[in-house]
Amino acid sequence: MNSLVSTFLNPKGGKSASGASPLGEIGGLLAVLAALVIGLSLTAPHFLSAATFTSIAFQLPELGLLTLAMLIPLLSGGLNLAITFSANLSGLVLAWVLKAGGGADAGLLVFLVGVMAAIAVGALIGLVMGLVVAYIGAHPILVSLAMMIFLRGLGEFITRGGDVAGFPPYVVALGQGTLLGIPVPLIILIAAILLWMLILNRTRLGFSIYMLGSNLEATRYSGVNTGRALTMVYVLSGIMCSIAGIVMLARFNSVRVGHGESYVLITVLACFLGRVDPFGGFGRVVPVAISLVILQVIGSGLNLLGTNQHLATALWGATLILVMVIRALWSRLRLDFLFRRR
Amino acid sequence: MSPQRMETARVDALAAPLPELLRLEHVSKRFGGVQALDDVAFDIRQGEVVCLAGENGCGKSTLIKVISGVHPPEPGATIFFDGRPVHDLSPARARSLGIQVIWQDLALFPEMSVAENIAFERNLGGRPHLVHYDAMRKEAARILERLGVRIDLDKHVRELSIAQRQLVAIARALVADARLVFMDEPTASLSRAETEALLAIVRRLSGEGISVVFVSHRLAEVLDVASRVTVLRDGRLVGTFPAAGMTQAKLTELMTGRTFDHSVRPPAEMTTPPVIGVEALSRAGEYEDISFEVHAGEILGLTGRLGAGRTELALTLFGMTQPDSGRIVMNGRELQLRSNRDAIDAGIAYVSEDRLSLGLVQPQSIASNTTVAVLDRLVDRLGLLSPSRHRVLVDEWIGRLKVKIGHANDPVSTLSGGNQQRIVLAKWLATGPKFLILDCPTVGVDVGARAGIFEIVSELAKAGMAILLISDEIPEVYFNADRILHMRDGRIVESFVPSQTTIERMERAIHA
Repeated sequence: MNSLVSTFLNPKGGKSASGASPLGEIGGLLAVLAALVIGLSLTAPHFLSAATFTSIAFQLPELGLLTLAMLIPLLSGGLNLAITFSANLSGLVLAWVLKAGGGADAGLLVFLVGVMAAIAVGALIGLVMGLVVAYIGAHPILVSLAMMIFLRGLGEFITRGGDVAGFPPYVVALGQGTLLGIPVPLIILIAAILLWMLILNRTRLGFSIYMLGSNLEATRYSGVNTGRALTMVYVLSGIMCSIAGIVMLARFNSVRVGHGESYVLITVLACFLGRVDPFGGFGRVVPVAISLVILQVIGSGLNLLGTNQHLATALWGATLILVMVIRALWSRLRLDFLFRRR
Repeated sequence: MSPQRMETARVDALAAPLPELLRLEHVSKRFGGVQALDDVAFDIRQGEVVCLAGENGCGKSTLIKVISGVHPPEPGATIFFDGRPVHDLSPARARSLGIQVIWQDLALFPEMSVAENIAFERNLGGRPHLVHYDAMRKEAARILERLGVRIDLDKHVRELSIAQRQLVAIARALVADARLVFMDEPTASLSRAETEALLAIVRRLSGEGISVVFVSHRLAEVLDVASRVTVLRDGRLVGTFPAAGMTQAKLTELMTGRTFDHSVRPPAEMTTPPVIGVEALSRAGEYEDISFEVHAGEILGLTGRLGAGRTELALTLFGMTQPDSGRIVMNGRELQLRSNRDAIDAGIAYVSEDRLSLGLVQPQSIASNTTVAVLDRLVDRLGLLSPSRHRVLVDEWIGRLKVKIGHANDPVSTLSGGNQQRIVLAKWLATGPKFLILDCPTVGVDVGARAGIFEIVSELAKAGMAILLISDEIPEVYFNADRILHMRDGRIVESFVPSQTTIERMERAIHA
């Protein structure tokens, strides 16, 4: 059973660079999560309540979808700094279609067309970045930074820096409603996580992304079309950004360029907390998803304790530093153990 | 010191023994369940050059680490330096005795100057805590003069050739008043001329009374300077032998414990139609007017000096570059290779000379590296990769090529050079090639493991594959190819048939 589970989680077989098994990674992160939940429920009396979990479930998807958008470029050895503005711009496209289709009276068909257009624009933004990274050979940091600045400027020019609002009521239901008691955005996030697991673990593209993330040239010499794969990395990232943009539009019933801007680096942090190798080639979806929950629990818990939101951000950073120190000490202790045995 | 004096010094070492510098007895070292060294003895005299030989994993590095104080030996070992027993040998103590090791990676600072690399140690951390650039330059200049070499003191080490870096590393060892210098595979990446220059320096050191231990398994050159050869195998001492009278064949036998059949392939009538034909292929600046055919079951050797354009030609045949003119014909049909995917689909496979950065994706798993070229074969009806098909394919190829692995999920970098090369072969054989290009397939592979690789290659030819074997080691093509082409400055200048020539004749022709 164990091997079956690990095969499913990790059929490609790559151990993480630090040598921990995927189950070990997940176990460790779940332990951190459990400790947090216990700690917070002891210090904050209202922590263990339905309200807390509902608020986490509604807040998590935004950051979660953007983190998935960051994950694949990181696995390929790159980065996508343009994720939040890609999401904003996709949201703007949906908003524009809705406005053109009747504003608050727009029909469901108009909404679906808008969603398609938003996803197409997200994919297009990714395609441009991917082509430049893969075929011009420019560094992903520079390409996505340039794209980020371009999208921000473009978005602010179009919106004049203000909000775009006034959508049909069912759009709001999508962002704030529940289905069978589960918040709809959370359902979208879970579907996105499953999709990403499928792509990364069970497709030729996913296999190639891990390989080229470790060594692009050796992967190319093995007959993999690395140019196409690297382009697809950013297309997938762009598509996930647009899904995040749609969810953000639905949750706030408005679009504003710059919304979620501070999430960019937090998505990187969530990936590293989930054991994604900063140099590419290694990292799994599930540990990253658990890391997201950890970060959100810290945020929401501190909120309940009445601390400032900025303090929560500070604690996210502190958590990552702490986790790195613990991991280093842990592996050193294990090394010591090996030496003693020798 | 003149060369004659040095020669005399070495002869003296044989005739009237110079005082002994270092003697080790009963040295053992265990790492967990692995007996890295088992009751090994080693000795060297002042000014003597000894060659330490053995396959990878035979304990050479462990022995050096014991002598340089990195690993303490198991109790029961005795170490004498200058005739006095040495206890608690630590890295600092070893350095103070004048024991210096130049590891293969040289451990230089690429972004610092030659002078800084040579003389930083003695000129840092003094009082006041400032760097004495003048003193550093003077000291570095003095050492380089003593070695009789000229290198610009202000150049950054990264701008130097490998041979020059080697000299900087030697100079750094001498700054620390070395009396015993270990050189780990110093000639591995040097040309013949550079090797000669290095050996001249070793003779010079020997003449000054500095003892040198050469670690190598390529002996032709070392045998001229060394007086004795110490051979290790599987952590045990095989013996110490006088260099005079030692041959490469005998040494290989001592290192591997096996005898190898050194005979050329029997002449074969090529009645089969050619699998691949190259007609007047040219690419500006790389190769010109190349024509040859390889038949089914034939191993065609391609040799020549570095820079002759061999790898460039191979890359075109593999679709990585496009020729300016000429044709590639496979089974009677002209090929237009736009990428290596086209070449792979046509039945062409290429084992790169650079296993570390092109042949394998080193940090990724053995399993992934085995199947990366045949992902299309792993998909199920839904178009998704099937973990079970993946496992079956990996197990099949690891079994067929008898690769020794721990777990298929381990990084491929954990394997030995020979087993890594088997994984490369597995990756390509899984694609079902009809024409296999082997570009220096035994770089970084032990002598014993090389024979295993060529057994596989010979089997493949017997099964009807056409093989192009590229190598700069003349014996390698001589003993393993049916026909050999000699490439020079991008052109094929002559061809040999092993059964009708000798290695010596080929060496003269190629290195003329």
